[in-house]
Amino acid sequence: MSFYFAQLLTGLANASSLFLISCGLSIIFGVTRIVNFAHGSFYMIGAYVAYSTITTLDFGILGFWGGVIFASIVVGLVGLLVEVTILRRIYHAPELFQLVATFGLVLIIQDLTLAIWGPQDYLGPRAPGLDRAVRIFGEPIPEYDLALIVIGPLVLAAIWVLFHRTRWGVLVRAATQDREMIGALGVNQAWLFSAAFMLGAFLAGLGGALQVPRESVNLQMDLSVIGQAFVVVVIGGMGSVTGAFVAAVLISVLNAFAVLLFPQISLVLPFLVMAVVLIVRPYGLFGKPGSGHGPAAEPEQPMRLMSKGEAGLLAVFVALLALSPLFAANYTMVLLIDLLVATLFAVSLHFLMGVGGMVSFGHAAYFGLGAYAAALGVKFLGLGMIPAMILGPIAGGLGALLFGWFCVRLSGVYLAMLTLAAAQILWGVTFQWQEFTGGDDGILGVWPASWAKSNQAYFYVAFVLCLGGIWLLQRVAHSPFGYTLRGGRDSAIRAEAIGINLKRHQWMGFTLAGAVAGLAGVVFAFSKGSVFPDTLAISKSVDGLVMVLLGGIHSLAGPILGAGVFVLIEDWVTKLEFWRFIFGVIILVVVLAAPDGVAGGVSRLRGLFSRRTKDGEAAQ
Amino acid sequence: MLEVSNLTASYGGASILNGISLEVRNDQVVALLGRNGAGKSTTMKSIMGLVRQKSGSVKYDGVEVMGRESYLICRTGLGYVPEDRRVFTDLTVEENLEVGRRDARDDAPVWTIERLYELFPNLKERRRNLGKQLSGGEQQMLTIARTLMGNPKTILLDEPSEGIAPVIVEQMARVIAQLKSEGLSILLSEQNLHFARLVCDRACIIEKGQVRYDGTFADLDANPDISSQYLAV
Repeated sequence: MSFYFAQLLTGLANASSLFLISCGLSIIFGVTRIVNFAHGSFYMIGAYVAYSTITTLDFGILGFWGGVIFASIVVGLVGLLVEVTILRRIYHAPELFQLVATFGLVLIIQDLTLAIWGPQDYLGPRAPGLDRAVRIFGEPIPEYDLALIVIGPLVLAAIWVLFHRTRWGVLVRAATQDREMIGALGVNQAWLFSAAFMLGAFLAGLGGALQVPRESVNLQMDLSVIGQAFVVVVIGGMGSVTGAFVAAVLISVLNAFAVLLFPQISLVLPFLVMAVVLIVRPYGLFGKPGSGHGPAAEPEQPMRLMSKGEAGLLAVFVALLALSPLFAANYTMVLLIDLLVATLFAVSLHFLMGVGGMVSFGHAAYFGLGAYAAALGVKFLGLGMIPAMILGPIAGGLGALLFGWFCVRLSGVYLAMLTLAAAQILWGVTFQWQEFTGGDDGILGVWPASWAKSNQAYFYVAFVLCLGGIWLLQRVAHSPFGYTLRGGRDSAIRAEAIGINLKRHQWMGFTLAGAVAGLAGVVFAFSKGSVFPDTLAISKSVDGLVMVLLGGIHSLAGPILGAGVFVLIEDWVTKLEFWRFIFGVIILVVVLAAPDGVAGGVSRLRGLFSRRTKDGEAAQ
Repeated sequence: MLEVSNLTASYGGASILNGISLEVRNDQVVALLGRNGAGKSTTMKSIMGLVRQKSGSVKYDGVEVMGRESYLICRTGLGYVPEDRRVFTDLTVEENLEVGRRDARDDAPVWTIERLYELFPNLKERRRNLGKQLSGGEQQMLTIARTLMGNPKTILLDEPSEGIAPVIVEQMARVIAQLKSEGLSILLSEQNLHFARLVCDRACIIEKGQVRYDGTFADLDANPDISSQYLAV
């Protein structure tokens, strides 16, 4: 019995940590509607700054708590800087832009942290005065855990007082419900948003700083924590601080006991809880659907078929690609295969987002499922290349069929978060299930059949499969099914009012996009000869989003261009030191300067050019 | 004085306002009449800076406010009461009023929570209740009271009689009369000609985003074809 009580206390201590990390994210989302991917980065900075301050100023108890507060304030100021310089410009942009921009920040902060603190892990000092264990019912409980159990509810109470007893807090709660209306009542939203963002960042920093005595400070902290924080926020209801607390307790306590039965469940459990909660309450325990108020969005332009000229250009390009093995170097062939894979992946994501109107933050799940299905087929069933390749799209499709059923029940950011959770579940499974998936070591020896061994031969395999996949999705986008999806994207209510079962169509679209992503996954797996869990990781999903964003979401050619630009930039940038920083800056520049993507930029340039020539002709 | 000239606005691709010109002089209550979809609400939202695609001019006391952010437009002394009320449902009545509170102005009547409770006694009884627990009529009172907390000189009142019980409509009429006597000028959008006639000095009829009539109710009554053409359902 006493053992279970100790387990409960551990769970509650973890809940406090988790709550501190998540509540700021929830506040930021509630007020600004931005899903802040960089929240984990704020947490990480908090931990690093606290570590440095505490170890430099060795003042005992005062030094420790002073360091924690100092770190939180530093992170709050970093948050303020980020809000004022970057986020303020993209509040009206679609979720995709905001997510990608904050992911750009993740990359930048990662490299800045690396530059300042170096690559090594730091083991933080114990909290002075709380560095022992006390015996409760005979079980040793770390004093620091008990302190955390107290700090979590204290912070919750402080936030409650701030939100209910101050004018600022009342304004924040009003803004959470209807931002536009508080503007019409004379409240300067910009100031309110900055302050809310700063508070959120401060809390993330506090969460990170308080974690220093419990675990090592390292460069992986940011992404390892962000998935969990998202889950807590979604379960609790986005924007609800109380919800975040309840969700953190729910997850952590369940986890403390579940690990006794299944030691490997930790990584997956939060996402399972989330799936269950969202089925019962689609907007989380304490959440509500967002208000419908806001500026009306520009309607999407209808998608056109290509003009003769464009089709001709495309044909020339495809022909060049088909002949490239005759003249291109080996390295170029590898790059071209990467390009084909990336393009197919981006096109499948664009189909989901641009045509289906469903923003996915976890599309890598289906890419990875395809890759792993093929690799597992080779490893356990001894399949050849072709049969293993057939498994890929089937696995991707089945995975999307399963997760899509949950996802299409939601819309907007909620749908996006659920797709992310689905991807994280799969990532957790592949990472943990060492015997089956090889865990972190991945699966090696996934080589093409002997006839396709050369880069040139495999290029043709990739060429046929990827172009086939792209062609299929373009056809579907212009089929009646594609019209239905686009109709639902532009107005779900109207589509349903004319008798379309929109959810079912979206589900089918989701599945199709998943199957095609799975196809991209198998082509990828055989081109590399191996599969690792990072094929399903967050960063892979974001790669896809960046490609779609680079190309511009409004055209079918967008993802093709975007993937091309992405692969070329990646190939160039990853050779450099601090490439994450450079890449992050590129992302931010694109989001801030060219919100309609490279394709949009090209067409604007073309518009400018044709006007110039017309002016020139008129002058003559 | 509020002067709107040649205001156009569109949502997405559809143009809603096609050059609205009207004015609300100090101490006047002007009715903005028109059928559903004529552009009454959009006129008010455009004046308040809540519609982004627009052109023309909106001057308040001689100062151009067109293109300003809505919180700055509000701070010039223009208050906005939305048609769909937009009460903060998770905030109490008193918290809703707090959101609207702004410093007193020299040139406009000063409102305090106590004065507003005198004007709307129901709200006082329900001051600890959440916005979502109020009836439609109470929400309508709250949304007006919330705007008055900003001590405006002019208010844009969008269809205050819509969807509330007749007895409360009468109360609304009394409130509007009192606001006028306090020295507020009001632009009141209405579909209910009877209600508008009760409280307004002038009528401004719009259709398809353009002003079709601007004058007194007496002149309007003298030309029954105008109201039958633009108002009759």
